Amino acid sequence: MVERADNQSPPQAEGWHTNGEEPAVTLDAFLSQSNATAVRLEPDEDARALIPHLDRLALIEVAFPKFRDGRGYSSARILREAGYAGELRAQGDVLVDQIAYMKRCGFDSFAPEKDLNPADVEAALARWPEHYQGAADGAVPIWKLRHG
Amino acid sequence: MYKYDEYDHAMVAARVAEFSDQVKRRLAGEITEDQFKPLRLMNGLYLQLHAYMLRVAVPYGTLDGRQMRMLAHIARKYDRDYGHFTTRQNIQYNWIKLEDAPAILEDLASVEMHAIQTSGNCIRNISSDQWAGAAADEITDPRPWAELLRQWSSFHPEFSYLPRKFKIAVIAADEDRAAMRLHDIGIQIVEKDGRHGAAFYVGGGMGRTPMIAPLIKDFVPLDDMLSYAEACLRVYNRYGRRDNIYKARIKILIHELGAEEYRRQVEEEFAHVKSLGIDPPKAEFDRIAAQFASPPLDASASDAIDRSDPDFAVWVDQNVAAHKVPGHAIVNISLKPVGSIPGDASSAQIDLMADLAEKYSHDELRVTHAQNIVLPHVRKADLHVIWQELDAAGLATPNLDLISDIIACPGLDYCSLANARSIPVAQKIATRFSDLGRQKELGELKLKISGCINACGHHHAGHIGILGVDRKGTENYQLSLGGSGAEDVSLGTITGPGFDEDGIVDAVERVTDKYLAERADGERFVDTYRRIGMAPFKEAIYG
Ligand code: HEM
Ligand code: SF4
Repeated sequence: MVERADNQSPPQAEGWHTNGEEPAVTLDAFLSQSNATAVRLEPDEDARALIPHLDRLALIEVAFPKFRDGRGYSSARILREAGYAGELRAQGDVLVDQIAYMKRCGFDSFAPEKDLNPADVEAALARWPEHYQGAADGAVPIWKLRHG
Repeated sequence: MYKYDEYDHAMVAARVAEFSDQVKRRLAGEITEDQFKPLRLMNGLYLQLHAYMLRVAVPYGTLDGRQMRMLAHIARKYDRDYGHFTTRQNIQYNWIKLEDAPAILEDLASVEMHAIQTSGNCIRNISSDQWAGAAADEITDPRPWAELLRQWSSFHPEFSYLPRKFKIAVIAADEDRAAMRLHDIGIQIVEKDGRHGAAFYVGGGMGRTPMIAPLIKDFVPLDDMLSYAEACLRVYNRYGRRDNIYKARIKILIHELGAEEYRRQVEEEFAHVKSLGIDPPKAEFDRIAAQFASPPLDASASDAIDRSDPDFAVWVDQNVAAHKVPGHAIVNISLKPVGSIPGDASSAQIDLMADLAEKYSHDELRVTHAQNIVLPHVRKADLHVIWQELDAAGLATPNLDLISDIIACPGLDYCSLANARSIPVAQKIATRFSDLGRQKELGELKLKISGCINACGHHHAGHIGILGVDRKGTENYQLSLGGSGAEDVSLGTITGPGFDEDGIVDAVERVTDKYLAERADGERFVDTYRRIGMAPFKEAIYG
């Protein structure tokens, strides 16, 4: 059973959204019903199927049933690269040591199954001074800093 | 050599701080071993049979004297006074305590080194030609390309939880000294219309299902290289198998899709990724390339070598290779004296090699995938004193590419995954063939041993390959013939039923005897095997 973000003590870190909202529907349900504004994407589902519908989505919840399964990182980037501007949530086996990378891939909200220590979250998100490569968070890559 | 700037320093420092924090949380029991495992793996720390093992990255196998000396220091202070150079041009320490790991990483960072992404399901340390920048046959130095890839792949947010590990090699010569096509991505820098670009071979690998990478794109211009790599990885991250760890490498995806369909998907992804602006400008490549500029080598230096000392002359003939600048040579230091553990070096030996690099090789060393060390830029006039110093330290064995220059994985002596020991087999074979005249008679013969099907010892790519298997609870060894990791890349074929430890040594001898009886003029072992096929060798082995 999935625990919702609003059931847990919210860490006070940047990018931590815990607002209540309508429940996300499955991709199949979303594609066959036109009024849902929140969808849940499983690791083996194609994020690109959502691209024609991005403007009516307020929330895309990307499932991480196991933290080792990294498909959701690509899903997130693909959605942001396609211009999705709504809430992008990582849900499931989301651990403190993954959230900095998740944020770089475009996630702006996290619904971990197990509570995270807020101080650890803050430290993890503040860890990296710069980044070598461009991603979906708008950070300026190091090569660009080097060459102005 | 590439020197860190403020950004590179800050990134490594951040990683050391992060990992120190993770170790602290693990030691305090705040995270489980299951959660800690992928984190420590991404920092090169494995839990082995007897202790933790730390794998330190040597990007594209290049290091300077100060860095080499630090490797000796770590062996001395935190390990048992030796280190093990690996087939991925890295170094491993076998006896590390978890609580020392942060201090070791700090020591490494002080000389611009780290253990980042040396294991785990991420893009691993990038390997290259150990003669880069010195080889007479290269079209350019491949290392600036490798360094671009290193930076792009370091802490890559999308590709740190891939289906499986990912290994990239970059070369720039037709002679392949890096087993390029046995990597997940093998890149050869080639020339087209007066420009250099990257040929992408994708989907090679060893392990239990060895495959040779097919050519996916014959020419990717420099300013598209990272986008193209990103597209290759994204298709893999999304569609690589995650249901079965043994089928999770990219080679299986490409095998199942077919190279054609994989290429189509990559091209489609590339068309999109290219619009994201992730490729650095030429100025960044130039900044990096300037740091790999050739050291000042005097092309008028004498080409003469005084060969009056016969032992020295034997070593020159076997272990010294042609340099692109006249009067200079490439020295290959064998870490395979007869009876030793292939790839092992003591702290004192590592220090000595650092000294020699500083004195005679413009402060550069290389680690090779055959587990040897290279001094890339040596004046021919200095060869004799170098040889004397190496000889005094047990480092002048003249056996490069001969049957005793064996690649062997750690095997059951260290490795928790092993089925059989590799090291004693390597030692017994080297001892059986210890007569140098006999080895030279056999000529180039690449013998490679793995202690289990994971193939860390490259046995599939051995002219003669040996694989340790578990047969009803006893160690057993399979023999294969005809593999190659070079430009004539091929996978070995198993001869038949396996052998016990002494039996495998005898079988190798029967194979080499057969070769001597059958070979035509100028044929290497592998050439004869390819000409006459398996049957005569089988007959010789099993009678
Ligand atoms: C002792 C600890 C080690 C462990 C636990 C280990 C584990 C593994 C595993 C599980 C694989 C198979 C991966 C796969 O097929 O997907 C593998 C492959 C490999 N390992 Fe190791 N290894 C160890 C040491 C080494 C050493 C010392 C070297 C270098 C001498 C090395 C180099 C390689 C190489 C070159 C491969 C083949 C890569 C490929 O499949 O394409 N490993 N290792
Ligand atoms: S081949 Fe097997 S035994 Fe050898 S190091 Fe790799 S995993 Fe261990």
